[in-house]
Amino acid sequence: MRIENVQLDTFVSQKNEDSFINGVKACVPTLLAYLSIGFACGVVQKTAGLSVFEIALLSLILYAGSAQFIVAAMLVTQSTSMAIIMTIFFINLRHLLLSAALSPYFRQLSPFKNMLVGALLTDETFGVAMNEAAKKKNINEKWMHGLNITAYLNWVVANIAGALLAQWISNPEKFGLEFALPAVFIGLLIISILERSKIKLDVIVTIIAIVIAVGSTLMLSSSLSIIVGTIIAATIGMVVEKWK
Amino acid sequence: MEVRWEVFLIIIGAAFVTFVPRVVPLMILSRFELPEGIMRWLSFVPVAIMAALVGQEILLHDGKISSIRSNVELLAALPTFLIAIKTRSLLATVLAGVISFMILRLFM
Repeated sequence: MRIENVQLDTFVSQKNEDSFINGVKACVPTLLAYLSIGFACGVVQKTAGLSVFEIALLSLILYAGSAQFIVAAMLVTQSTSMAIIMTIFFINLRHLLLSAALSPYFRQLSPFKNMLVGALLTDETFGVAMNEAAKKKNINEKWMHGLNITAYLNWVVANIAGALLAQWISNPEKFGLEFALPAVFIGLLIISILERSKIKLDVIVTIIAIVIAVGSTLMLSSSLSIIVGTIIAATIGMVVEKWK
Repeated sequence: MEVRWEVFLIIIGAAFVTFVPRVVPLMILSRFELPEGIMRWLSFVPVAIMAALVGQEILLHDGKISSIRSNVELLAALPTFLIAIKTRSLLATVLAGVISFMILRLFM
């Protein structure tokens, strides 16, 4: 009996380890984007007058690309702390949608474990996770940690590298890697459409989301436009699907 | 090794307002069996949000809508989309995108 339990335990932990490693592997395609943008982010933050240690803290505790660029930009323009924090609140509000969309896949976990899953959530890891969910109908908790932690470590390392090497790099955009991020989003978009068998409807949702997310920047900030575009496009998708 | 007190407060504040929207829906919504309508709505969120992000990455420049004629991002997006559809591989898509972008910028 005890031996059986031990065997079962080792079997389970073996399986969990495999899942963690598979999560790490699933993150690999996004690493070019994390490393190049993280590096550029480190350079920009250093140029804005942040110390290497402050940049390390920013990427470790805040861990959000667009938000870190904003901190750098707003420190240069001498904005108040409150203005910076409020701006970042709005920029990162879209995480509400990502977190909500992931929640059905982690129903078996305690709130604390759900917190751990959500703490390192990004646009990229969310997209990779939803593709996994579409393929396998569920997401393994260890797999998700493997994915999240790999992205996190690469981001932190890239930020620090950018901060340390900033003095030798005047214009990080010269390196042409800035298309890595749009390419990650394009790949995640296309793969998630192809994994679902709702191509017509998803293409309609895609076009509406693009038009609104871009068009409403004439009136709103770009981060609010992402939220508005996502909410309207998903609602239209839901309504059209119900009609059919 | 210096960390200014004011910068430290900004980091903590910014991290807090980022952390809460990341974890609260997961912590609360995973407790309930959500109604079918909301599940259906949530199923469209990934496609919608990725599309919104793609749109802004490609069509906006410094927060403004960029002109279509000189938009290298838009041109590079075409082969990137094609490779994504053909291969269904994220890695192949990223490499195709970066290489197309580098080549296109040599000529534009």
